[in-house]
Amino acid sequence: MSPFSGAVASVAEPSSAVSEASGVFGLTWLLIALPLLGAAVLLLGGRRTNPWGHWLGVLMAAGSFAVAVVLFAGMLGLGEEERSIRQFLFDWVFVGTFEAPVALRLDQLSMTFVLLITGVGTLIHIYSVGYMSHDPDRRRFFGYLNLFVASMLLLVLADNYLLLYVGWEGVGLASYLLIGFWYYKSSAAVAAKKAFVVNRVGDVGLSLAIMLMFVTFGSVTFEGVLDNAAAASDSSLTWIGLALLLGAAGKSAQFPLQSWLLDAMEGPTPVSALIHAATMVTAGVYLIVRSADIFNLSETARTAVIVIGGITLVMGAIIGSAKDDIKKALAGSTMSQIGYMILAAGLGTVGYVFAIFHLVMHGFFKADMFLGAGSVMHGMNDQVNMRRFGLLRTVMVTTWITFGIGWLAILGVPPFSGFFSKDKIIEAAFSVNAVAGWVTLLGAGITAFYMTRLFAMTFHGKKRWTDDVHPHESPWIMMGPVAVLALLSAVAGLALGPTGLFERWLEPVTGFTEPTPPVAPAVISIAALVLVLIGAGIAWVTYARNPVPEVAPAGNLLTRAARADLYGDAVNEAVFMRPGQYLTRWLVWFDNRVVDGAVNGTAATIGGLSGRLRRLQTGFTRSYALSMLGGAALVAAVLVLVRL
Amino acid sequence: MNPMNYLYLSAVLFTIGALGVLLRRNAIVVFMSVELMLNASNLAFVSFADIHGNLDGQVMAFFVMVVAAAEVVVGLAIIMIIFRTRRSASVDEANLLKY
Repeated sequence: MSPFSGAVASVAEPSSAVSEASGVFGLTWLLIALPLLGAAVLLLGGRRTNPWGHWLGVLMAAGSFAVAVVLFAGMLGLGEEERSIRQFLFDWVFVGTFEAPVALRLDQLSMTFVLLITGVGTLIHIYSVGYMSHDPDRRRFFGYLNLFVASMLLLVLADNYLLLYVGWEGVGLASYLLIGFWYYKSSAAVAAKKAFVVNRVGDVGLSLAIMLMFVTFGSVTFEGVLDNAAAASDSSLTWIGLALLLGAAGKSAQFPLQSWLLDAMEGPTPVSALIHAATMVTAGVYLIVRSADIFNLSETARTAVIVIGGITLVMGAIIGSAKDDIKKALAGSTMSQIGYMILAAGLGTVGYVFAIFHLVMHGFFKADMFLGAGSVMHGMNDQVNMRRFGLLRTVMVTTWITFGIGWLAILGVPPFSGFFSKDKIIEAAFSVNAVAGWVTLLGAGITAFYMTRLFAMTFHGKKRWTDDVHPHESPWIMMGPVAVLALLSAVAGLALGPTGLFERWLEPVTGFTEPTPPVAPAVISIAALVLVLIGAGIAWVTYARNPVPEVAPAGNLLTRAARADLYGDAVNEAVFMRPGQYLTRWLVWFDNRVVDGAVNGTAATIGGLSGRLRRLQTGFTRSYALSMLGGAALVAAVLVLVRL
Repeated sequence: MNPMNYLYLSAVLFTIGALGVLLRRNAIVVFMSVELMLNASNLAFVSFADIHGNLDGQVMAFFVMVVAAAEVVVGLAIIMIIFRTRRSASVDEANLLKY
């Protein structure tokens, strides 16, 4: 993995050239303030905001997007080396030499995220106006969505790890609130709790990383940590990297903390699209790419990142191939695609740019498909079982077309966006490690299988509808945003990938080295396409040409394992939950019997003794006088004896 | 006369007083026995002052007298109250303050 040893020095340089915000960049804080204001008004305003609350939510998200576009235009007007801008807002933690101010860092990396979050976020806000129109709690929903957007923007704009952690927890909270939005359904409440608990495990990793940074560098700001990374010892860099990876795994649903994402589909579908596909779950990728200077210097941490990404990539794809629930199949796909990004981020400077590129493209096509799935559910009385779909292309033409574009994009069929982002990751993986390369290549084939299966089962084949549904196309307010996302899925990759725009844009922040695969890139592309065709072909024959049974067949061992999320929950229960329960039971017993026993025993002994001692108080003055005399005589005797 | 004789007398008086406090039931007699003990110790103080040829013991004797005078006032008042409420001055009957 030597190719990027030379690139390390060039990575650390640009971040030291951070300039203070001036002119139009003074507006940076508005990005966060607008949705935060929206959340405050909607959540504190109560029922009187019901009639217009959802439009306020949309307005705030759109306002944030408008600010982002203005800032983006401003940034394009600057030279490449001047694009790192820091806006200091106020002192927050300021103790001795340690400082963690509330300051925002706007550079190419955070700008990319800001545009993705506010852009896709606004589209999903608009979509939600239609999707949630029959929900009595629509205002609360938009309050939470705005809260999420604000937290996510804080996460990507923070200028130090402590402030990033605030955003990190904020999105975790918003995710919890939105998964459990229909809290009266016990499955939703349980899923929300599970997501929260599993995320806490990852958060321990991130907080450990921050503490380690403080111990190692005496600072938690990006400047203080990343610019001095070269001065730290290998072992501390490795531990920081591994702790960051644990944090990333929790938030991005990577192995071994992947189990919450599938259950998170209990939330409303726009939430799945925004939080659990396009933005929040990619925060782990952001964290790793942002900490590139640390990962560049620790090969062990990078290898761990690649391994985790690779495992999740395959796991997610296998789970996605067996699920009949359309949202869970998409969730498996999300896990797998984030596995691609994490793996790419673990490749070092050769992969950071492609990780973010795939992240953005995935944000487009996965949000497109999730919203498409939401549209299908909208027309099918909220059914999610794909075995009861089939032939929906005849009644939901717009959904079919937009979903089809997303499908082609994730498959990686040229010229759709996934082709440009995924092929680059495969190329980069092959240029670092052959095993990683083969895993990504194989993953492309499985991706083609499960997405084609999903697409065919939903839109093609024969009608398998239950009697009480009358599928219909969704209203324009839902399909408009989906169409925009489909358009982006179709052209964004072509516009940004082969032209090299994206690489040049991100290079000053993340560094970039051209991948050098052992064979020509064209060979890899063709191999990937062949695998995609094979995967898609098998799925098409099985699920579009041949009839799909309405009740799931028993399936082979792998299918059954994949239906059970590859026993992720079972392992968690056996390894953590049950021993934990035994431990708590034992601790309760220990507390009741031993700790309380000691305390109560002491009290009872003293009580009994004092009961005896009390008998000395007879009430006869003369016996007191006798004891006084005896005592005085004793003291006198002792004095006399000691004198002698 | 041997000054030690005063000390012997003081010890005898103190013992009589102590026995009176321990053995008698009537509060007045007990009280008088206490006074006897105080005065026995006064006698011992004065004797020691004479033996050692300084005034420390005499000063202490004055203090004891003053305190005894005050104590008599308080003690007699208590005995009066006990007698008024219980129509008896027996110390054994005033035994409510017990376990």
